[in-house]
Amino acid sequence: MSELHPVVIGAGPAGLACAKALLEAGLRPVVLEENPRPGGQGTRRLSPLMTPEAERLFGHAQAGATARREAEEDRVLAACDWRPGSLVWGIFDNRLAILRDGRHDSLPYDRLLIATGATDRIMAFPGWTLPGVFSLGAAQVALKQHAAFIGSRVVLAGASPLLYLAAAQYLRMGVRHLTIVDAASRAQKRRAAAGMAMTGLSTLIEGLRLLRELRRPDVRRIDGADLVRAIGGERLEAVEIRHASGRTETLACDALAFGHGLRPETQLAELAGARFSFHPQLRNWFPIIDADGRAGQRLWLAGDGAMTGGREAAAYSGRLAALSMLADRAGAASPVTREARALRRRARRLRRFQVHSAGAFPWPHEQAAAMPDDTIICRCERVTAGEIRKAVSSTAGPVEINRVKAITRCGMGRCQARFCGPTLQELTAAASGRPVESVGRLRAQAPLRPIPVGSADEEARA
Amino acid sequence: MTQSFDAVIVGGGLFGAFTGLFLTRMGKRVALVERGHVGAQSSGANFGKLRLQGRAIEQYPLSLAAQSHWENFESLTGEGCEYDRTGMIYLASSPDGRQKLLKYAQNSLACGLEVEVVEGEALRRKMPWLAAQDGMIASCSTRCAVANPRLGTPAVVRAMLRGGGVLFDNAEVTRIAHGSNGFTLSGPTLDTVSAPVLVNAAGAWAAAICAQFGEEVPLIAAGPPQFVTEPLPYTLRPSLYTIEGDLLLRQIPRGNFIFAGYPRTLANADGEHTLVPPQKTLAGMRSVARKLPFLRHAEVIRVWSGVEGYLPDMLPVLGPSQTTPGLFHAFGGSGGGFQIAPAVGENLAYQICGRPPPVDLTRYSIGRFSSNLVVSEKMTSEFDPSGYDRRC
Repeated sequence: MSELHPVVIGAGPAGLACAKALLEAGLRPVVLEENPRPGGQGTRRLSPLMTPEAERLFGHAQAGATARREAEEDRVLAACDWRPGSLVWGIFDNRLAILRDGRHDSLPYDRLLIATGATDRIMAFPGWTLPGVFSLGAAQVALKQHAAFIGSRVVLAGASPLLYLAAAQYLRMGVRHLTIVDAASRAQKRRAAAGMAMTGLSTLIEGLRLLRELRRPDVRRIDGADLVRAIGGERLEAVEIRHASGRTETLACDALAFGHGLRPETQLAELAGARFSFHPQLRNWFPIIDADGRAGQRLWLAGDGAMTGGREAAAYSGRLAALSMLADRAGAASPVTREARALRRRARRLRRFQVHSAGAFPWPHEQAAAMPDDTIICRCERVTAGEIRKAVSSTAGPVEINRVKAITRCGMGRCQARFCGPTLQELTAAASGRPVESVGRLRAQAPLRPIPVGSADEEARA
Repeated sequence: MTQSFDAVIVGGGLFGAFTGLFLTRMGKRVALVERGHVGAQSSGANFGKLRLQGRAIEQYPLSLAAQSHWENFESLTGEGCEYDRTGMIYLASSPDGRQKLLKYAQNSLACGLEVEVVEGEALRRKMPWLAAQDGMIASCSTRCAVANPRLGTPAVVRAMLRGGGVLFDNAEVTRIAHGSNGFTLSGPTLDTVSAPVLVNAAGAWAAAICAQFGEEVPLIAAGPPQFVTEPLPYTLRPSLYTIEGDLLLRQIPRGNFIFAGYPRTLANADGEHTLVPPQKTLAGMRSVARKLPFLRHAEVIRVWSGVEGYLPDMLPVLGPSQTTPGLFHAFGGSGGGFQIAPAVGENLAYQICGRPPPVDLTRYSIGRFSSNLVVSEKMTSEFDPSGYDRRC
């Protein structure tokens, strides 16, 4: 039986680094990417509308480096079996279910790398479903993809590495009214900085540089304040925040972007057979991988989808996973080269950085208990906090999160709990008085994205 | 410390819950023991169909008795379960299917279920949204209904608790001892409970209890894949079933279309879940696209399944054990357990109390597997042949 090509899902930094290493070894990987263009999220490519603005958005040095990196990525992809616009919506029996250009395909694999990255981790709050409220990631997509600000009077809020990055990019592109509401206090950030300096000095310096850039008279920065509610009739008109002192303040605005760190996109990994463990400091579930990113007999995971660590860590882990795949192919348990050891060390350090940075970007889990009953948690199915509490506390009621979903419909809609899941976890834990890890983890089931009914009918299409 | 009851029921699915409810109503002290959460498997994850058409004539007494309970679910349990008398359209497009449909319609009429058979121009007028096909014929019943399976079991369990029953959930049974004074059950998170009567309502896991008492049953664990679209304007009230088994669909008032796919899917090796293979999702979508062209652009947003027990003749096992006095079985809904569950519980409760049940349960006896087994045509049409062979 002939050997199958290795398959890489996700053309962000991790997937591309993996593909490159596989090419160097003489293999021709299949690279699948949901988006029409490579790049991933944090390193999302500019749309043609925005390309002329690259220097302004990234700064001169960064713009040059970005252009060189993208040219290199294009060279790598040209040598691969590159299939952009491929939606992998299921994995079963070592085959991928793919929808591309309206056609379904089933692709078998021997060795699979999943590098699906991360999205904003969001804690719901009253009014977050109003038009005009975005995630921090979406605020960046608006700029890079659509060449648009999310509004003209913008509030960026929460606690996330994306907070200051989005702020800087908006300012460089000329947004006039910008307010930053950082949920972490200065003291919290200072405490976290020590650990961050030891594990990821360059990333910390990058962050400090952003903070300095944002120290301008026309930018208001508030530290240690929480979002109380988004206010508006048809759309967002203001945001109410609570300062560390307890005083509340209303900020008039027409757009808000918020987020509380990142959460890995793990549904495909789960369908491919990955198992999960709970990380107490990050208060979230992560797929179980070995030092090289291996998660199963034919499965490797890399990048933020395995363990959040940013672009650099993603690239290291992608390359390391490729070396592990190659060692496995040669019949070895794991790669023993000096390069592999160095990569392991670096990836490990950057992941420790992530744990330290959790102090600077705290996940506001305590807000779940205090959330008003009428707060919408699941925006797809319009399920409120009160409905979830009622279900959890009813006799013979559910205290396991998949059962809470089944009874309340929270997480059953289009996004399949990718946005409301973290809040649902905390609410279930708070309402049942149990530790969050004991209420379980939401299970994934294909399809991971909505698929049109008619796409399955080949005859009608032909 | 051992807690004593009149009856211990193993399995917090709908069979176990209704048995518990009726036993408490008859004055018995009941313990319902569930290893996870009540109504978590096929009782909570099924299609929600309360279908009366398309049944063998012998099944009607149990089904009609059950339907009356569903119609009075609120007064029975004190809670709603989104019961809705939507009616049902049973549809055939093949010549073979047409014959079967007419036979089933006769069965229905003979048992007192009113159905209206339509075809040709009348059918097209009545259901203009169906992709027209020559020879298509439909029988329609207004008494068929639907309910929300996710809400049903917890409501029945709560009613049982209000009647004095006791629930042990998150309590896996790992040991069942049997002696002169009855059954004694225990487990890592279950303090010892004992009773002279044991009800085996453990669904797909019931075969292990049977085996302990020397009864072999060819039970397989599987789940029907179910698919749901995004919400669309509510236009289709009745449920729609094809006799060929390639389509089973309904719309719920909030707008989502739910459809079930065949063949059914064997449960995962862990026996806890059923992952739906993508090709089954696609096969289900294909049938919908061809029969109901107006749904071609609707998007499937979610797929789910559960784990349920199937028997080769697609009938449940109900009634007393053949080997062990005091042991009663109620499992193996075979994809049709949801509708009959209230009558299963009621009739079993009668038997347990030593009273003649309103419906004769003899045909559902576990003893039927000791003689030659008749494999239902539904078993062969609703499962992958390979999957069925693998397990039996």
